[in-house]
Amino acid sequence: MPKNEKNEAIGLKLSPNLLELLAKLQEVELEDFEMNVGDLEIWIQPGAISAPAVVRPKSTVPLKVKPTGLLEADFIPPIETYLGRVAEVKLGATKSEGGSRGKTYVIGGEAAPAFYSFEKPMPHPPVISVDVFDMKVPLAKAVKMHVKDVLDDPAAWAKLAVEKFGADLLTVHLITIDPLVKNTSPKEAVKTVERVAQAVDVPLVIGGCGDPVKDTAVFEEIAETFAGERFLISSITRDMDVERCAGFVKKHGHVALSFTPMDLNMARELNRRLYDFLPKENIVMDLTTAALGYGLDYAFTNMERARLAALMGDPELAHPMSSGTTNAWAAREAWLEMTPEWEPRELRGPLWEVTTALTLLLAGVDLFMMMHPAAVKTLKDVTQQLLSRSSGNAGKLVEWVSAKI
Amino acid sequence: MSEREVKGKVGIKELSPIDVYKLLPKTNCKECGEENCMAFATKLVNRELAVEQCAPLLKKENAKAYSQLKDMLKPPVKEVTIGEGDKAVKIGGKLVMYRHEFAYFNPTAIAIDVTDEMAEEEMLTRVRKTEGFSFEYIGQTLKLNMIAVRSTSNDPDKFKAAVKKVAESTKLPLILCSLNPNVLEAGLMAAPKSKPLLYAATESNWKEMAELALMYNCPLTVFAPNNLKLLRSLAKTLLTYGVENLVLDPGTFAGDGVADMLNNFAMIRRSAIKQGDELLGFPITGVPMTAWIEKGDAPEELAKWKEAYLAAMLIVRFADILIIHNADGWALLPPVVLRQNIYTDPRKPVAVEPGLKVFGTPGEDAPVMFTTNFALTYYTVASDIENAKVNAYLLVVDTEGIAVDSAVAGRKLTAEKVADAIEASGVGNKVKHRKLIIPGKSARLSGEIEELSGWQVIVGPRDSSDIPKFLQEKWQASY
Repeated sequence: MPKNEKNEAIGLKLSPNLLELLAKLQEVELEDFEMNVGDLEIWIQPGAISAPAVVRPKSTVPLKVKPTGLLEADFIPPIETYLGRVAEVKLGATKSEGGSRGKTYVIGGEAAPAFYSFEKPMPHPPVISVDVFDMKVPLAKAVKMHVKDVLDDPAAWAKLAVEKFGADLLTVHLITIDPLVKNTSPKEAVKTVERVAQAVDVPLVIGGCGDPVKDTAVFEEIAETFAGERFLISSITRDMDVERCAGFVKKHGHVALSFTPMDLNMARELNRRLYDFLPKENIVMDLTTAALGYGLDYAFTNMERARLAALMGDPELAHPMSSGTTNAWAAREAWLEMTPEWEPRELRGPLWEVTTALTLLLAGVDLFMMMHPAAVKTLKDVTQQLLSRSSGNAGKLVEWVSAKI
Repeated sequence: MSEREVKGKVGIKELSPIDVYKLLPKTNCKECGEENCMAFATKLVNRELAVEQCAPLLKKENAKAYSQLKDMLKPPVKEVTIGEGDKAVKIGGKLVMYRHEFAYFNPTAIAIDVTDEMAEEEMLTRVRKTEGFSFEYIGQTLKLNMIAVRSTSNDPDKFKAAVKKVAESTKLPLILCSLNPNVLEAGLMAAPKSKPLLYAATESNWKEMAELALMYNCPLTVFAPNNLKLLRSLAKTLLTYGVENLVLDPGTFAGDGVADMLNNFAMIRRSAIKQGDELLGFPITGVPMTAWIEKGDAPEELAKWKEAYLAAMLIVRFADILIIHNADGWALLPPVVLRQNIYTDPRKPVAVEPGLKVFGTPGEDAPVMFTTNFALTYYTVASDIENAKVNAYLLVVDTEGIAVDSAVAGRKLTAEKVADAIEASGVGNKVKHRKLIIPGKSARLSGEIEELSGWQVIVGPRDSSDIPKFLQEKWQASY
């Protein structure tokens, strides 16, 4: 605010000595506690001078001695103690660590709710994995316009996502392996992953097609070929051969994404089955992401509950959380051309993804699988600002009240 | 904080209907519409009814029990009403910190701003647009709630004129914004009985603002940017002064400072709910439009974008009011839908209207499928059918808002219900075949459904995302 508040309080057309009057009043009251409210009001009716003609409504508040100066109160931050802590999971491995990645990330490790940094700082920044597909898939127009030149080439897509969109990781979705799509072989899937792994040096997330048998076969081949890379295998589900999957994930040094359909008991159960083979440090969990407007409330609350339970000491939910935030695009409001008052969808769509992402960020998600470059950038900017705890100019905030925009 | 200010309260979750029942008249008079006092007690605990609906309790001889009950059921975050009449907005009244602990009440009220230096036509257009904002979503109409009138002129006469025009053109409650008490009072004079929210009392003007709040019987915002000690001090002072309805603004940082902002919102809400801090037990205001004060030369779209995502974060992190500048639909829709999602009662399954839904222009050989009326299931299935661009009928069976697998297990989805739904829908007159595609997860009802309905059952996919493929392969083959 350019002018200070005191000057503003004096106002333009008012008696310039209102503050003096108030100061005087303060003295009077300190001397004489008998003074009643009626007397007081005569003195401090601030608008009376500018508009004496208007009859004021009568105050209905019981008469009591009004404070004349600020009554001091303390503020003690409400800190809680937590029994549990989220496991730390490392994604990717460098050459010296037995892999070939140029970058690696550690996620998880939280010992307080997400961004309750008045309690504990967030130990690691949440990371973003950008989706790349191994064949042309239908995409929303707002997304497609940014990737149209690389739709046929997962390696080029990967490069674009890392170099231009700022992806921390990449998710290679192996759609073609689906027996009902192209039913390509595990060997071919390996080739696709190979090409992507050579094009970029970030850690990879290996996405299956959803067929429990085929995914197991493909994941096993990839796990073996890329042994030691600490890829995130997305995902291990209850209807797969969990023992076998956990076995090859462990043997070849990768990380399992434990996926369950929005049910914390199922999540606990699947994690328990994984514990027989895998240490906690090799498990990330995905509790299912529903889009804004299409069940985000369930997804949000499920994740928030899981994280709070983990902090309260439930070890079976104390894993970093991953979110398929791209699911935001399943909402028709994200991609559909609507009537003009809701357009342009080129902005509405990515905002839909950002809103879904930020909602889940505050529930405790550590790894976001995302699609639109603007959504990726915004989430990165916001998390960076949150992590750096850069302080804002509190004095400037007041400007919004009178700002000419 | 002193002992007196922070008193432990029974957590909302621990409050049992028995505790409430003990204080009721126990006459089972049914005046409240419930079968007996115990049923009324249960609904009170669930916040489905208000204490005042018990007529005998309002009699003089029950005054003590009434006030005990009021205190017992008092939310740790005070409910504050802004405005008058049927468009008055209630904010706050929160019982819990996290929605899964009970439910959130009083959805975040969203205000759009106008200023006293806008041309009249622009101002009224914004007001009309705000009032006219409307989006149909799962059977609800999502709306905006308030107008914030800001004084950019710092001129009492201009502000008065602006408030007068706005008040005459809308019934939406107002937030009057100026840190100059004289300007604010001029605005109040233009709409003296409309009970607007005053913005705001600060360290330097609190006394004049308190007087205005008392004289015009208005709720008052307390503004102490990034300073919770000052915020508590101001709240204490104003409460002692006699102003009972406060709203807290700890400051909204749009860029640097956003971590502090989230901390402040969380600390205020936790202090109120978990520690019973009465000085912070008030609704909280977020002002995403602070995104505009640091816009600089950047394109407007960026400020709109930032404002929208700040609004979303604040809806999740406990804001009870949001003041927003940009009124573009694309930017408002995501936060408005998010607000609906977050404020959905998690205790109740979300259901859609049962009945026959039509996709595309189905002919008499179009497939007929069924699903449950659990909203999430229904909308997922509906969107999968739409994406497949097929012409089809979808029969929505009333399972009391339960998803397919749980409904089958819990006998909410039975062959009888399916047969009745087919009959009631009249779908038999619209198609010439008698083939029903059922959800894969209800496969075990196949035989019984065939028996009761006379329709041939084809077991469909377990996940609706496979519907397009299923229709292409199985339906066309079977037909």
